[in-house]
Amino acid sequence: MGDVRDLPELYVRLVAARIRAQLQYRASFAMETFGTLLVSFIDFVAILVIFANVPQLGSWSMPEVALLYGISGLAFAITDLILGHLDDFPRLVRDGNFDLLLVRPRGTLFQILTGDFQLRRLGKATGGLIVLAYAFSQLNVAWDPGRVIVLVLAIPAATAIFASVWIATICVAFWAVEGREASNAFSYGGQFLAQFPINIYDTWLRRFLAYLFPVAFVAYFPALYILAKPDPLGLPDWLRFMSPLVAALALVVAGRVWAIGVRHYQSAGG
Amino acid sequence: MPLAESLSLDLAMARVGFGRYAAYPIASAAGIFTNVVFGLMRGSILLALFAQRERIGAYDASATLTYVWLTQGLLNVVAMWGWQDLAIRVRTGDIATDLIRPIHPLRAALAADYGRAAYQLLVRAVPPILVGIVIFRTSLPPSPVAWLAFAVSLTLAIAVSLGFRFVYNVAAFWTTDHRGAMILALVVMSVFSGFTIPIQFFPPWLAAIASATPFPSMIQTPVDVWIGALSGSSLVGALVAQLAWAAALLGLSYGLFARGTRRLVIQGG
Repeated sequence: MGDVRDLPELYVRLVAARIRAQLQYRASFAMETFGTLLVSFIDFVAILVIFANVPQLGSWSMPEVALLYGISGLAFAITDLILGHLDDFPRLVRDGNFDLLLVRPRGTLFQILTGDFQLRRLGKATGGLIVLAYAFSQLNVAWDPGRVIVLVLAIPAATAIFASVWIATICVAFWAVEGREASNAFSYGGQFLAQFPINIYDTWLRRFLAYLFPVAFVAYFPALYILAKPDPLGLPDWLRFMSPLVAALALVVAGRVWAIGVRHYQSAGG
Repeated sequence: MPLAESLSLDLAMARVGFGRYAAYPIASAAGIFTNVVFGLMRGSILLALFAQRERIGAYDASATLTYVWLTQGLLNVVAMWGWQDLAIRVRTGDIATDLIRPIHPLRAALAADYGRAAYQLLVRAVPPILVGIVIFRTSLPPSPVAWLAFAVSLTLAIAVSLGFRFVYNVAAFWTTDHRGAMILALVVMSVFSGFTIPIQFFPPWLAAIASATPFPSMIQTPVDVWIGALSGSSLVGALVAQLAWAAALLGLSYGLFARGTRRLVIQGG
């Protein structure tokens, strides 16, 4: 399987080549980046409109929901930047071109992740950052080392959770290649879920999409800690520190699911 | 061309539009699953508003749930996430083939789009709407007149949507990159159509901006007809507005397309 020590360097080299190529078309790059920035605000418009009608949503104030939105939006943007092109991989399965990845001396997932890289997706990250800045300007957070650490770890943990969910669910393509859109319910759906307080969801939806797919650990639990907010669901306090651990576990599970999918892969006949 | 022959061309185009989507039943099932999951989330979020107040405009909790499941069904019918068939044909040069066909590309696109929409209505819209009715007891149009008005309104909504999509696709005649224009168009459409959140929930100044655009005609109007928020003269007014927007956008499409083809250069040989 080749040498794993050269993977980071190889990753940087391959992705840098993609970025150089995209920067050749400055005008369209700028327009698409601006477009993805606006896309990242669509759901925030909904939040603004909701709070124009009510002062609270499930006992969360507007800036508190903005904090959830900011963490989730920023993390999802980074996930999308790193592996958004995973959505195109089912085409490789359909055409049988996944064979090519199997004979090359690097991991299949690594090859797919370096196979494309859309820098314009940075626009989305900017949207998340702006909302996060807005949230902190409105909230009186009693900053201490603990809160800083929880916030700083929340972003990579949330990114890893989103990435795991995306990788694990896109594997549906190994069994039913046309069924790949079902993974959107978990990847994009997970992001949608995470930007609102999870206590407003129906019990079963919460069990399934917030705990089994651990989307509650993206923003909800870290935000409760940062805000020193009592949990409307009354769950134990230690859950607020579990995001990095849950993220690590999720990555392991996603890697296993991917390996099972690859083993199940049968090339296109003919 | 005699009328009957010309109409049979439209019908053939519609059949092709229908068949193109019908070819992937598993993809449709996966899409329905995703639409339903998002419906569950949107329903929970919007219901949380009604823990604090009885109604917002014409919407109470029950009308809002109906709105959620109806929009989850209709979003594919009006192609909420975009359409770039024409732009791609312009970029690749395939548009040259369309230009020598005996049916104008705009008319062909409209006919094919009704075929596509018919498929999406039967296969993608009915299941989420049924989930709403069976599980969440959402309501049906209150009267036969409301059913008829809904059918008319949805038919017009598809034409308004296609007219708008055609306009941003025509941008491909002037730029090699139509994606930027499409992304911007999708953002504006999903907010101002009332798909993201009902326009009745908007603050008055934002609702006024939305009402001055064609976007409510694509989603909000048929939904308001279904839930009975529009009746009598306000219903007639809304349908007339849809018709006017459909005519304006299709007219604009026709004009822009004519200008675009005059500067079109097809490469190759």
